[in-house]
Amino acid sequence: MKRWLFSILLVFLALGAVTVRAQDKLEIFSWWAGDEGPALQALISRYQQLYPNIEVTNSTVTGGSGVNARAVLKTRMLGGDPPDSFQVHAGQELIGTWVVANRMEDLSGLFQSEKWATVFPPGLVALLSSKGGIWSVPVNIHRSNVMWFVPAKLSEWGVKPPKTWDELIATCQTLKSKGVDAPLALGENWTVNHLWESVALGVLGPEGWSELWTGKLKFNSPKAVAVWDTFGKVLACTNSDASGLSWQQAVDRVVKGDSAFNIMGDWAAGYMATTLKLEPGNGFGWAPSPSTGGTFMMLSDSFGLPKGVKHRDATLKWLKLLGSKEGQDVFNPLKGSIAARLDSDLSKYNAYSQSAAKDWKADKIVGSLVHGAVAPESFGSQFGTVMEIYLAGKNAQAAANAAQAIADQVGLGRK
Amino acid sequence: MRWRKKRNELTSFLVLLPSLVLIAIFVYYFIARTVAASLSDWGRDPSQALALNPETHFIGLDNYRELFTGVIDVRFRQDLVSTLFFTAFFIAGCLLLGLLLAVAIDHRPRAEGLFRGVFLFPFSLSFVVTGTIWRWLLQPRGGVNRLPTMVGLPPGEFAWLTSRDQVWRFEWNHLPAIVLVLAALVLLLMALSAYRARRGRRAVALAAVAAGLLAGALGAARGLVLLPFPELHGFNLAFVGIVVAAVWQMAGYTMALYLAGLTGIPIELREAAIVDGANDWQLYTRIMLPLVAPITLSAMIILGHISLKIFDLVFAMAGPDNAYTDVPALLMFITTFRGNQFAKGASIGVILLLLVALVILPYLRSQLRRRGRA
Amino acid sequence: MKAGRRKPRWGLRLALYVLLVLAVSFFLMPVYMMLVTAFKEPRAINLDTAWQLPQVWNWLSFAEAWRAFRPKLLNSLILTVSASAISAVVGSLNGYALAKWPFPGSRALFSFMLFGMFIPYQAILIPLFQFVKAIGLYGSIWGLVLVHTVYGLPITTLIFRNTYVEIPSEIVESMCIDGAGFFGIYRFGVFPLSLPGFVVVIIWQFTQIWNEFLFAVSLSNPASQPITVALAQLAGGEAVKWNLPMAGALLAALPTLLVYVVFGRYFVRGLLAGSVKG
Repeated sequence: MKRWLFSILLVFLALGAVTVRAQDKLEIFSWWAGDEGPALQALISRYQQLYPNIEVTNSTVTGGSGVNARAVLKTRMLGGDPPDSFQVHAGQELIGTWVVANRMEDLSGLFQSEKWATVFPPGLVALLSSKGGIWSVPVNIHRSNVMWFVPAKLSEWGVKPPKTWDELIATCQTLKSKGVDAPLALGENWTVNHLWESVALGVLGPEGWSELWTGKLKFNSPKAVAVWDTFGKVLACTNSDASGLSWQQAVDRVVKGDSAFNIMGDWAAGYMATTLKLEPGNGFGWAPSPSTGGTFMMLSDSFGLPKGVKHRDATLKWLKLLGSKEGQDVFNPLKGSIAARLDSDLSKYNAYSQSAAKDWKADKIVGSLVHGAVAPESFGSQFGTVMEIYLAGKNAQAAANAAQAIADQVGLGRK
Repeated sequence: MRWRKKRNELTSFLVLLPSLVLIAIFVYYFIARTVAASLSDWGRDPSQALALNPETHFIGLDNYRELFTGVIDVRFRQDLVSTLFFTAFFIAGCLLLGLLLAVAIDHRPRAEGLFRGVFLFPFSLSFVVTGTIWRWLLQPRGGVNRLPTMVGLPPGEFAWLTSRDQVWRFEWNHLPAIVLVLAALVLLLMALSAYRARRGRRAVALAAVAAGLLAGALGAARGLVLLPFPELHGFNLAFVGIVVAAVWQMAGYTMALYLAGLTGIPIELREAAIVDGANDWQLYTRIMLPLVAPITLSAMIILGHISLKIFDLVFAMAGPDNAYTDVPALLMFITTFRGNQFAKGASIGVILLLLVALVILPYLRSQLRRRGRA
Repeated sequence: MKAGRRKPRWGLRLALYVLLVLAVSFFLMPVYMMLVTAFKEPRAINLDTAWQLPQVWNWLSFAEAWRAFRPKLLNSLILTVSASAISAVVGSLNGYALAKWPFPGSRALFSFMLFGMFIPYQAILIPLFQFVKAIGLYGSIWGLVLVHTVYGLPITTLIFRNTYVEIPSEIVESMCIDGAGFFGIYRFGVFPLSLPGFVVVIIWQFTQIWNEFLFAVSLSNPASQPITVALAQLAGGEAVKWNLPMAGALLAALPTLLVYVVFGRYFVRGLLAGSVKG
């Protein structure tokens, strides 16, 4: 009897030991909390369904679009304690910071085995690549160059969504004469930079925009300085209390009818549809930012594989899920963005996302500056200074010179 | 007995040694490392900035040159100006309010303990807590701006922390001249007081130096060019909100200092003054305030060094992205941990250290001379 | 305080109380706002009605803040208690050595130590970071304990030194004659008289370390984060619903506030010790 019990105990212990050893872990690091939390949570739940033996730790650091998270990530990476995978904007934010410092693993092998080269647009893969390697897996796509308005209000005022920046400035005058003091709604800090990049894309066109980042087009060349002139005219249409408004409050202005238009990324659609419960198409309408029709200025949240992580296999499994059709279609409808893959199931998405997905397939793809796709952090974090210089004196040449000086300092475009 | 005393003195030294070694490392050695980093180019080359073992080169004072005269670092220069304005207003606000409250409590109102407790409690809070609460209060559409509506007036319109206005603007290139003129004025005042105290030679010496500085100011205004282009700096009105929050936090501390001083004045002195017919005003201005002048100096130095390195409060109130409320300490943090410019961040840190040392070292020296006993 | 002779006493007293009441409103206004906002439901928080009392007293924000903050509060507690205790003990020995057994150069070494109290921590942040990482304590609460202990040594030494200077040297001398040595005098003569000093030092260090932010945000990871960092991140988010940061601020402030209320007298002594000459 005793021997029986003893052996059963041994078997249990052995099983326990095996389970304990088989218990793997995964730490995800992101800044998705609050409204964006459920989307990530859905993805993690799916992962846990697939791999019940892996314990997932969801480390989020809240704070405006990742500002705090990036600082914490930096101290952790410098401290030699990298998370297994971290959220990062696809493109130069990752490449110019961590890839050049040799801290990330090349994912080309993964892309090949999962045959992702055929399902991600080539323009996107180009932005993810550098020096022959591919460095992160994009989960979602957001569009930066979108203009939002309320169709009912526009017909009330008798105006149409402008197709070029000159048209916008003209429409501004019309609206001002009708009593709309600030036809274009604007918010604080970074939303001003966001507006600028739509203006720049409109004035320079997609080729000119890309040339800025390869160093072919200088910031202080006459063509680029002209961007600031147009920008100044556009700013004259905005509200004077902009610096005190969050981006949501700027969108509220359009919804309430205090302003006619707002240039914001398509997370505004998520805000209007989910929080404000407006119907896409009727409650709010959209169009590409003036002069940027046919171009999709993208930003993408993605995850990579740092070198020297503790749970490499679990992380690879996570990356595979992220790039899969299933993963992307679980995450994106909840997040309000569209999938990076071209073959996603559009029936799961709302009217706006379907329209955006169509553009994603058809348009020319360029990367956003403000959201880390085309410029490394060393440039992006100092662009605010350039904007301040411009706003202080409305001096286009001074701002352009400053931008070029920073570009020189960080070696923009040097391969 | 002597040898025993010597032995105890040795033990005393040995007891202090671990702390001294730790301080030597954690303060002095680290400062040296920061200075060394500030003389390097760590961070300029993205491929080395965040590498596990970064490779850096010595570039001398280039980082400092850029900070003071480079195009891109206009934000640093404004931060420097902002912090000086902030320090001035913060110290003035705390001293005035603290003194006022101390004198009020010195009159022994009823429930004086309660009053003292209320005025001092903000000091026990973290700057982050203070910043969070005041951030909410100073929202342009609510909080403080709504207060006038309670008495029927229209709501306030001031944009507080989001304000973009700037007053008292001056050209950066004029700065050396301005500094020299101010220094000359101070020296002239000192010369005047030396003359009144019948120390003629000292007065003449001070006046001579002042004259020299004024001449230097003229020369600087003509010849010295720091920046090849005009750059305006001034006092950002966005700081008003931060000054208010900071004074709210620290006025109680100043009040406690003054109270300690006022209660230290012997009662006989007060009674004698009252007997001589002095009224309240004269009692305070002629007798008590001059006696607490050393406290004013102490408080100015303590408050000054806190305000020069202020970080938590600004971070909590305005976040790291509001250029109008930026201060060097915050800029150092962003430059290092966001811009990956470690050497530049180190230079800002060193400049902060020099500013603080300017204020603290004379204080430490005077304290040391006074501690004659033990 | 108006000038003029033969001022009726009641005029002065009236002005005094008016001033005091105004000051009290200024100082308590943020507290009122914090409490009122913390108790409102998120949808009731509105810039227009910010000053009004909540219609529905919502305790949920505190529950939510408590849930989010509980592990950080624990971190802060461990950090603060350990660092205060260690720096107090070491400071006591240091203060004793400096006060009762000065030797040639001890005053210079003392200033050498004191300077460390005043430096802006940005000037040593990066080397400190590298050092803590090199000894393997990065991201651990014990790294923060080490850092706060070391940087707390100057002020604790200062406070104890000033306390012990008041002890008459006759006590030390008579014990010396009786044959007691350095540690004997400390143990039997000085330590028993140290209680007020310890209270002052521990209260001061508790407040300073609990409230500290820069080291906390640079040297911790999410697991070992103290409360100040958690609060800053909470309030720094986008579309912030202010009931949560306000509730969080209250929770973060409560321990030091309690210390202040209960031990006010000693708190003030600590405050004065570092500033006014002995």
